[in-house]
Amino acid sequence: MSAEISLHHEFSGFVLDAQFRMDGGVTALFGPSGSGKTSTINAIAGLLNPQNGRIVIDGRAVLDTQAGISIPAHARRIGTVFQDARLFPHMSVENNLRFGWRRAENPASEDEFAHIVELLGLEHLLPRKPAKLSGGEKSRVALGRALLSSPGLLLLDEPLAALDAPRKSEILPFLERLRDEARVPMLYVSHSLDEVTRLADSVVVMREGRVAASGPVFDLMSDLEFARASGVESYGAVLDAKVRSHRDDGLSVLSFPGGELIVGRIAKEPGARLRVRIRAEDIMLALEEPKAISANNVIPATIAAIRESGGHADVQLAAGNAKLVARITSASLKRLALAPGMKLFAIVKSVTVDRNTQGE
Amino acid sequence: MMLTPAELEALLLSLRVSVVAIACALPFALAAAVWLSHARFPGKTLVEGAFTLPLVLPPVVMGYLLLLAFGTRGPLGAWLLAHLGLRFAFDWKGAALASAIITFPFQFRAIRLALEAMDSGLAEAAETLGARALDRFANLTLPLALPGIVAGAITAFAASLGEFGAIITFVSNIPGETRTLPLAIFNALQTPGGNVEAARLSALSIILALIGVALAAIAQRRVTRLIGR
Repeated sequence: MSAEISLHHEFSGFVLDAQFRMDGGVTALFGPSGSGKTSTINAIAGLLNPQNGRIVIDGRAVLDTQAGISIPAHARRIGTVFQDARLFPHMSVENNLRFGWRRAENPASEDEFAHIVELLGLEHLLPRKPAKLSGGEKSRVALGRALLSSPGLLLLDEPLAALDAPRKSEILPFLERLRDEARVPMLYVSHSLDEVTRLADSVVVMREGRVAASGPVFDLMSDLEFARASGVESYGAVLDAKVRSHRDDGLSVLSFPGGELIVGRIAKEPGARLRVRIRAEDIMLALEEPKAISANNVIPATIAAIRESGGHADVQLAAGNAKLVARITSASLKRLALAPGMKLFAIVKSVTVDRNTQGE
Repeated sequence: MMLTPAELEALLLSLRVSVVAIACALPFALAAAVWLSHARFPGKTLVEGAFTLPLVLPPVVMGYLLLLAFGTRGPLGAWLLAHLGLRFAFDWKGAALASAIITFPFQFRAIRLALEAMDSGLAEAAETLGARALDRFANLTLPLALPGIVAGAITAFAASLGEFGAIITFVSNIPGETRTLPLAIFNALQTPGGNVEAARLSALSIILALIGVALAAIAQRRVTRLIGR
């Protein structure tokens, strides 16, 4: 699957002017509130007709203002999960789920229907009315309903924004399962870096109606321009890792393209893939290999790039084929006389392993 | 309380006139409400006002206008009689027409409010799930507006049972044809010694109104439960 999106629309006081492309998997549309994420989603879904635009999904133009093409929303086969769920209040959960399913061109079989119901943990909710559901349950039903309409593309407009933290962590694993099992390409709108780094394969950063940066999540999160483009305060590298072994002392060893990481015990078999994050603030730099140190992870690396701004410096490090980012003060930068090409050691103070993939 | 044949006649006529009036006006009220909830055009407020006009216009004036338009020599009345054989003047159907128009605003406004209160996001969601306009109307708009439709119909029905001015002006006071309960009460009061008769008919009207209110409450509750609020 691939999609090309190009939109231009002038609202009063705001201009949306976004171009990006998507290639399967989960693409995160990331940016602060008011950056044009929801307008972009609405235009793709067909709920907003942009003044100028072209949207091509797998070679099929669903919108091309120059050619006078605008396929109505009901015929686009683009599923949408709205922030506020938007379940039909007069229908049971089952009838909500079957609403799009009944109208799909190639509806899922009863087996697939049952599978998605099970995947989202909705079996016992089927006869209930939406008014009797919790916020998290509503989100799951909305997700299932959109998925069962057999869409070629699934749009998720901050599906977790209306939920509190415990509910969020209740839904995230479902989203991860969907990403891994359902094989529907997703465009996931979020202003939470946490969700983006957990779910996305690639990221499109929006600011003030424009695309400020885009790329695969592993590249973008260690890109020094990312912080500036996205305006986030705290960021860091996201790494694709594998469980290598479990040690007798209760720790687990992960391998990633730049070496090994020792982390707390992970309840997964060796060989299992997972995603780890190392925040820029959690890396210290040393010119010589530190011997007597409490940190478990010291990774040899080479400075790839440095970007200074406002009293601190972001240092991009190449470790094997992986990229890490460290944030240090400008004073340290000067004292150590760091420059691109220098070899040094990255002392990793803490590694975040996504809770779901880590197991209980 | 045993009813005399004349009383029974007035009661049944009242019910028939009101049922026909409400049933015939409902599709128009629904169409007008749906149209105005979607349409955007200059002078929309004016049109909206026009639909509620029968509520503020004196019923006698309404009846007079109906007489001018739908009388046997009126432009519409003559045409309907010639082409469809439909006669309103001095006919119970005229009473129903008058009731329908007078109570139209009750239905129109109730449905309009129900549509206004509806979350437009639901229709968008239905659209992304593959539902076309008519599909959305039948499966979303209509069921969700049902409480409003039922409430409007019941209020209009109750108001219709009490309609007097427009009916007597338009189709006169003919026993068995246009003499509904209010007209029968009026007639009794005009007749020497008709006080008891007027009181009996008034009591009947009150009972009818109470039954109507009770039915309205039950219907409202049922419908609300049906749509799961």
